[in-house]
Amino acid sequence: MPERKTAKTARKEPKAGVGAACLDVLIAGAGYVGLATAVSMRAARPDLKVAVVDAAPAGVWQKDGRASAIAAAARRMLDRLGVWDDIASEAQPITEMIVTDSRTSDPVRPVFLTFDGEVGPDEPFAFMVQNRILNGALRKRAAELGIDLIEGVAVERFDTGPAATTVHLADGSSLETRLLVAADGVRSRLRDMAGIKTVNWEYGQSGIVCTVAHERPHNGRAEEHFLPAGPFATLPLKGNRSSIVWTERTAEAERLVKEDMFVFETELERRFGLKLGEIHVEGQRRAWPLGLTLARAFVAPRFALAGDAAHGIHPIAGQGLNLGFKDAAALAQTVVEADRLGQDIGALDVLERYQQWRRFDTVQMGVTTDILNRMFSNDLGPLRAVRDIGLGLVDRMPRLKDFFIRQASGLTGPTPRLLRGEEI
Amino acid sequence: MAEARRTNQPQTTIDAGEVERFSALSAEWWNPNGKFRPLHKFNPVRLAYIRDHVAARFGRDPRAAHPFRDLRFLDIGCGGGLLCEPMARLGAEVIGADASTTNIEVARLHAAESGVTIDYRATTAEALADAGEKFDVILNMEVVEHVADIGLFIGKCAEMLKPDGIMFVATINRTLKALGLAIIGAEYVLRWLPRGTHQFGKLVRPEELERALAEAGLRVADRTGVAYNPLADRWHKSRDMDVNYMVLAERVPAA
Repeated sequence: MPERKTAKTARKEPKAGVGAACLDVLIAGAGYVGLATAVSMRAARPDLKVAVVDAAPAGVWQKDGRASAIAAAARRMLDRLGVWDDIASEAQPITEMIVTDSRTSDPVRPVFLTFDGEVGPDEPFAFMVQNRILNGALRKRAAELGIDLIEGVAVERFDTGPAATTVHLADGSSLETRLLVAADGVRSRLRDMAGIKTVNWEYGQSGIVCTVAHERPHNGRAEEHFLPAGPFATLPLKGNRSSIVWTERTAEAERLVKEDMFVFETELERRFGLKLGEIHVEGQRRAWPLGLTLARAFVAPRFALAGDAAHGIHPIAGQGLNLGFKDAAALAQTVVEADRLGQDIGALDVLERYQQWRRFDTVQMGVTTDILNRMFSNDLGPLRAVRDIGLGLVDRMPRLKDFFIRQASGLTGPTPRLLRGEEI
Repeated sequence: MAEARRTNQPQTTIDAGEVERFSALSAEWWNPNGKFRPLHKFNPVRLAYIRDHVAARFGRDPRAAHPFRDLRFLDIGCGGGLLCEPMARLGAEVIGADASTTNIEVARLHAAESGVTIDYRATTAEALADAGEKFDVILNMEVVEHVADIGLFIGKCAEMLKPDGIMFVATINRTLKALGLAIIGAEYVLRWLPRGTHQFGKLVRPEELERALAEAGLRVADRTGVAYNPLADRWHKSRDMDVNYMVLAERVPAA
């Protein structure tokens, strides 16, 4: 490791025109995408002055009850960034994945697709990790690397000048930065401020997300059932617990999360089954409206979108976090490579490389998951037959299945170096 | 920033109207999707070539924050400063020279805005050489195809090279392929460059460049073609030197 300096120390070269206090990168949003972007840049380039600003008050992140699937590629990236060691003991490997297509009432659900595949020897293709564990580990690493974290302060507005962007914060202060990254989620305010429009599809569906405890061990098995109302997924967590992503029509989902717990658990049990014994819900139940949101542009001068701010996709393929990490890895690599060439890291021609790199992949993934969802979220006989044959065929063709598993692991396409487990 | 711009205003007596004109031109030079888009697109491949060879030659780590610290660079024919600024950010002491006063004013204005320190001079290779200037690295990019006397020009550049100095030369070959791609393609079909930017007769073949270098006591240490991939909209190094190419020249050691 080259010598480290904290973000507070000025760079050695005086920056007369833009002011010595000018940041190199300011990231809005301290979720896992924003933090991973900051850590990736700073780990590779200790001279870059990187700060993260988040509107949420300090400590709110610890209340996030959601869990995320971390694919093999994203895990390698976390490993390379020195974050995985803090997560490993809390991460549940998914050793087997079962996808079925059935009606809830079917007594036995035929298994069409089993992803017991591993990406490499002894490398599970994904892990389930609670968001607060992941976020906590990234925050710790960010602090070690000297990344400033400003919490409880929203970005009010920003003005982009020829050499820097001035970012005005809600507490009346302002920051100057060469590059502003918006990682502030699917309803990104910074994206709107930048005047970047989105393309949206509404599904009229919501994903009910909750954690359940069950009597018997899940043995690392994840299941995805394509029920008539939409996919119902159970993902193994540490211990005898599983994370549930349960798709219903929005009105029904909203009714269910407000229902009495007994009614909710009964409905859940009809879908979850009794194979793991009795179940009960832990913590909050929440319904998230599902849609596909794609930003029309990912970059503008001195501005880049990352994660859900660039693309909110249906969670059907479990790719939200992994696409977000791909953004973080690709943006960090683009910025670091440009900085190593002495280029202006906020210049549009530099940022366009990131956009070109990520957009095709994102649109492809967005459209694929959209088609999958439309195909599976209905109960028409002929279509059911077609997709049953389709899934059965996938299972019988090792190479195609391998492609599916690798795609699900985020390993295909032009892969940023961090996702291959390499340094930038 | 306005204040910073004031303090960095170059020491010239130019009126406000002129500054406004240069400002507009500066915006044009530095707009990656404007008139100079081909140069912006071309920049990463030539920057990487320069960085890697300079680092190797002077024993620097190309991944360090300022690998070019304490090295003196001349960018001859620097235009709006598209190469000078990256070199300065990598730590080099940079002198940017261009015969056009307009280009120099544009480059100065932009450097002041960006907060990089570059010594821009509206002058020629001859004048610099006659003043006894010496450099570790001379960047001679997309210039030789525009000069009146290539032998004299290369000779003057060579005079300014320190004993262990190196010079990069990038230009366009005089082949039918170059006529088709670099002149008819880039100027007439794609309109990347203004018509008349390059005259076929003034393009330089690698052997002609090498002869001029040899007469100046230099030899070619490395050469590469640069090719364009229209699908990726990106330039890359290539073995094909039929159109765009770059060479690295060094002094022939005294026998």
